[in-house]
Amino acid sequence: MRRLPPLPAFSLLLLGAFLLFRFAIQPPIPASLLTLYMAITVAALLLYFSSDEATWRGFLQPGIALLLRPDLRWLRVALGCLLPAGAAAAALGAALPAQSPPAELRAVHPAPPATVTFRGKPLTIQGLENPLRRDEAARARHLAAGTALYAANCMFCHGDALDGRGPFAAALNPAPASFRDPGTIAQLQESYLFWRIAKGGPGLPRESAPWNSAMPAWEPFLTEEEIWQVILYLYEGAGVAPRRWE
Amino acid sequence: MSPSSRATPMLGASGLLALLTLTGAALAAEPAADYRPFPLLGGRLALWAAAQLHLNFAAFILGVPLFALIVEAIGWRTKDPRYDRMAREFTKLTFAAFSTTAILGALLTFLLVGLYPKFFGFLSGIFYPTMWGYAFLFFGETFALYLYWYSWDRLRTRKGWHLLLGLLLNLFGLAIMAIANSWGTFMMSPAGLDEAGRLVSLWAAVNNPTWMPINVHRLIANVSFGGALVAAYAGTKFLGARDAAARAHYDWMGYVGNFIATSALMVLPFAGYWLGREIYAFNQQMGITMMGGFLSWLWIIQAVLIGVLFLGSNYYLWLGMARIRGAERYRPYVKWLLLILTAGFLVWATPHSLVASLEEARRMGGAHHPVLGVLGVMSAKNTAVNLMILTTFLSLLLYRRANREAVVAWAAWGKAAQWLCLAAAAALVLFYGIYGYFVEAIVRIGFSVYQVLAVLATILLVTAIDLALFRKATSLGPIAWGHIAPRAQYVLVLLAVTFTWLMGLMGFARSAIRQHWHVYGVLRDTSPDAFTPALGYAANVVSVVTAVFLLLLVFIFWLAALGEEQAPVGRPADLPAGER
Repeated sequence: MRRLPPLPAFSLLLLGAFLLFRFAIQPPIPASLLTLYMAITVAALLLYFSSDEATWRGFLQPGIALLLRPDLRWLRVALGCLLPAGAAAAALGAALPAQSPPAELRAVHPAPPATVTFRGKPLTIQGLENPLRRDEAARARHLAAGTALYAANCMFCHGDALDGRGPFAAALNPAPASFRDPGTIAQLQESYLFWRIAKGGPGLPRESAPWNSAMPAWEPFLTEEEIWQVILYLYEGAGVAPRRWE
Repeated sequence: MSPSSRATPMLGASGLLALLTLTGAALAAEPAADYRPFPLLGGRLALWAAAQLHLNFAAFILGVPLFALIVEAIGWRTKDPRYDRMAREFTKLTFAAFSTTAILGALLTFLLVGLYPKFFGFLSGIFYPTMWGYAFLFFGETFALYLYWYSWDRLRTRKGWHLLLGLLLNLFGLAIMAIANSWGTFMMSPAGLDEAGRLVSLWAAVNNPTWMPINVHRLIANVSFGGALVAAYAGTKFLGARDAAARAHYDWMGYVGNFIATSALMVLPFAGYWLGREIYAFNQQMGITMMGGFLSWLWIIQAVLIGVLFLGSNYYLWLGMARIRGAERYRPYVKWLLLILTAGFLVWATPHSLVASLEEARRMGGAHHPVLGVLGVMSAKNTAVNLMILTTFLSLLLYRRANREAVVAWAAWGKAAQWLCLAAAAALVLFYGIYGYFVEAIVRIGFSVYQVLAVLATILLVTAIDLALFRKATSLGPIAWGHIAPRAQYVLVLLAVTFTWLMGLMGFARSAIRQHWHVYGVLRDTSPDAFTPALGYAANVVSVVTAVFLLLLVFIFWLAALGEEQAPVGRPADLPAGER
């Protein structure tokens, strides 16, 4: 099979990469990530086509011809009009008011404070472990209590399957956390969860802004033991183990 | 060199000692204020800029002598006088940068004493004995540099002794770096203090949890940085060269600089990971701030920059193959190497939590993508970077053998063993990368050690086989130095700029994880600047300081080149006896 000239080959590969990133990955990836992926792909393809002198000359040849050949004068003029028009349209699109809220850059895991107060009692987060794990005999009872507490309080947002798709989830931004995601509770110590459940969205540190989490603070509604019971269930239900202290 | 440039390193050292003495006297009195203002810039920004500039120059005067020593040793071993000449050329550049580093260090100290008297009082109250050590080591480094430079001709026939002087110079430099590192790391991970913040053990304060990881990380990074700056210097000289001999000389110099920078770059991520792990182990809060909190986006920028470094280094090697007869046979490999590097880059740059609109987040079902979310965690990142390192090593291997044909009887077996080693390492890295998702986090962290060991062992083993395999190899033709596309030289400049920028950004990350503390958990920052600046602001500051550093460096290179105008490189008279 005769090989394609470099520029069409570059364009086809670029198009293929775009189709792959845009349609093969489902659900669709956000525009920010698509842009990043395409930028890396363009750079990589340019490196490939310029890593060999003959291929690079072939790659540049159509562009040079477009700039210099007298018979392509009208194409030059047309591009000279179309490119500024395209840039103007893009600028207008960016400047027009949008219907939806802007995309957010958010720190999902804010750093926990060294100590918190829970109902007036100081708790040191650093090195804190779930005290219920020490009580093997009562584990089943704690787990059952945690399951019931989750079903009564947390399921509406975080879902039956702990995947963040509860009945209320569609109305929330940011969406509730999926505990099945390997990047959430599986890589956190239990003390972190205790802090987040107890203090909720209102207790998030300012460094995490912008953050408008709808997660309520459970400190007024659940006891310390009940929060640990829920945490016990979260790990059990998601089928993952908490991160241990090193 | 001119008398003034000879005097400047000594002036710098004397100034530093005088400054320390004055500081010691000033410490006897209680500071009048916690903080003092700085006109226009403000105290923090002034200190930030001075510290980053000083660190950049310090990395230059530590990295380039390390580079010079390695190159001189290669020249001694291979008996190729070009290496010796290059080592000498770069030692000369160190002279000009030496005094600038000392001046910037003095400026940094003035700013610390003047703008942050209470903090400086606290820090020097703990580290004062080490500051004297620092000053005397600086004298040692200065004298070692003089000896190394002025004995070059005299010890021409006794190279071992001259290399020993170079080693001494570097040991002094590394000891200075280690002392300064202890002050910086103590601010992140203080140790050796009692509950009231009083010093209990000076050694414990020096040997704090992050001290040794940073020593190792900076040592490797300085070699890489030195190599990259040398390569960029050669690249600009190549572009301005007027004759073929000069182009050949600077092409070769750029190659050696890039080779050393790339070799060090391959092990740099391991040291960085060790440092990150120690930070996490020291304090979970700090670890999360760094890796999962608001600084997590800095790691995406870092991923992009390191991706640029890996892609750029490999691209330079592939372009360089054009000057080697016989390299055509390896051309088909390039697309596969690039494919692995690009895939690794894509994985590394995938954020854990994405910038997404409300609609996009709803479609994904949260801040994490259900498919790509798995690429956002360290299991995927470690796997990607290890495979990128193996790929870069393979590029170096192919370059090395491009014009050579092995003649040993066991050549086929040797090559098969090399491929087997590389494949086994890649398989092991992939296995632990995937298996990491099926075990708990604490176990997964340990897997990175196996991945690193597999890659390092493979690099060592394959290199050892390669050295034996290509002994007395037949040559397919000489390397046509100077016959390389000019764009390769722009890549060398790009790599040096990327290195410098990356150092500044990561320096900000290291400092920012302390948040509102001067000394984490011990001495609180009570100034109006007691907050961590936003990433955009920090990136702007780092970029401006990086630009200033590079401009100063260009000025120093220009100064060093002033005396060379009469005898441009490449003229027969300039070449050593063996090359004329």
